[in-house]
Amino acid sequence: MPKILSIPEAVAKVQSGNTVMIGGFMTCGAPVNLIAELARRGVHDLTLISNDTGVQGDGVGMLISADAVTKLIASHIGTNPETGRRMIDGRLSVELVPQGTLAERIRCGGAGLGGVLTPTGVGTIAAEGKQEFVIDGRAYLLETPLRADIALIKAWKADRRGNLVYRRSARNFNPVMAMAADLVIAEVEEIVDVGELDPDQIMTPGIFVDVLTRSVSTDD
Amino acid sequence: MTDEQKRIIIAQRIAQELSDGDVVNLGIGLPTMVASYIPPGIEVIFQSENGFLGLGPAPAPGDEDPDVVNAGGQPVTILPGGACFDSALSFAIIRGGHVDVTVLGALEVDAWGNLASWMIPGKMVPGMGGAMDLVVGARKVIVGTSHTTKDGKPKLLRQCRLPLTAAREVDLVVTELGVFKVDHGSLVLLEKHPDYTVDQIRVVTEAPMEAAPELKDMVLPV
Repeated sequence: MPKILSIPEAVAKVQSGNTVMIGGFMTCGAPVNLIAELARRGVHDLTLISNDTGVQGDGVGMLISADAVTKLIASHIGTNPETGRRMIDGRLSVELVPQGTLAERIRCGGAGLGGVLTPTGVGTIAAEGKQEFVIDGRAYLLETPLRADIALIKAWKADRRGNLVYRRSARNFNPVMAMAADLVIAEVEEIVDVGELDPDQIMTPGIFVDVLTRSVSTDD
Repeated sequence: MTDEQKRIIIAQRIAQELSDGDVVNLGIGLPTMVASYIPPGIEVIFQSENGFLGLGPAPAPGDEDPDVVNAGGQPVTILPGGACFDSALSFAIIRGGHVDVTVLGALEVDAWGNLASWMIPGKMVPGMGGAMDLVVGARKVIVGTSHTTKDGKPKLLRQCRLPLTAAREVDLVVTELGVFKVDHGSLVLLEKHPDYTVDQIRVVTEAPMEAAPELKDMVLPV
């Protein structure tokens, strides 16, 4: 059974120097309360794996502005000019990964796979330094797994076993990240009793989730 | 032509390329406008790379749902019959050839079907987002772009000079001046703006270009 903690108690598990995956597509489906608390706590030297860096001062952008991140792995940083400025002046090292490749590398990390072969990026600078394989006449790049110390994810509903249901397009990277980190902290809008979620509805099985925390604190 | 007039010509013409039942992914900006010009009687299913099929129009003010956004983060709607999924499945759809048509903008596109759309070294490095997967995975890749840059320089080139989004994947290029099929090192002009001659278009096109024997005039928006 996952622990149910407050936002500050949950965020206290993140240490400077950790590799952290954070779910969300810009602010949609991002655990914004966990992120805000993490930015406030003043951790540093994080390696951050996320689709993007939100916008300046919101979503994952809060961690960029708080100087918490020294290495970033993402598919898109254009919506947050602060990330680009820090990359250009050398304060932030950025590895840009095609979005589908990012999702598959994280999935590999959680699924026990040594990598994935993708045609995406062949013939572009995304292929630099990567092994290329030709299978049935088509070229593919070997992309290696990504894992993290901690994943911060966001779901709509959880039951007390940590089973998660996401809502609409807020699902995005959260399910794959839930499988690819040593410690998984899920920020949820509602926690219901065991048995209230239909097993067929569950999108992330609770065995992946270590900590549950509510977006808005209520009396337990 | 104003920039807006150009964009409408391009979006409207690209919409004519879609067939009933197509699964379509539209890029941010000009490509998004294509959705406004779908011909009557044609129903297509829009895919949103952030995780759903059945992308609908923007909601009425006040009806926005923070959990329903498009690939640009703007509030949108999900139509009845839509389906939601995670990023891995979304890109399995894209990479796996389940998207019939993708429409993207371009910084440069060339006569070999190479596309550069995601960075200008030293100036602008927003990242490729989902574009590399889309261009490689979609069955048909249509580039919609103004024919020249703001300074009047050609964007349809002999060979792209900027870093590529994907190599040799573009099928069709639509600009305000014409519709071009990519054909192994040459752009074949299938349709042209009725107010321009082939030679006038050639002057602002760096790529080798030939007029199709069955060259037609573009039908412009009324």
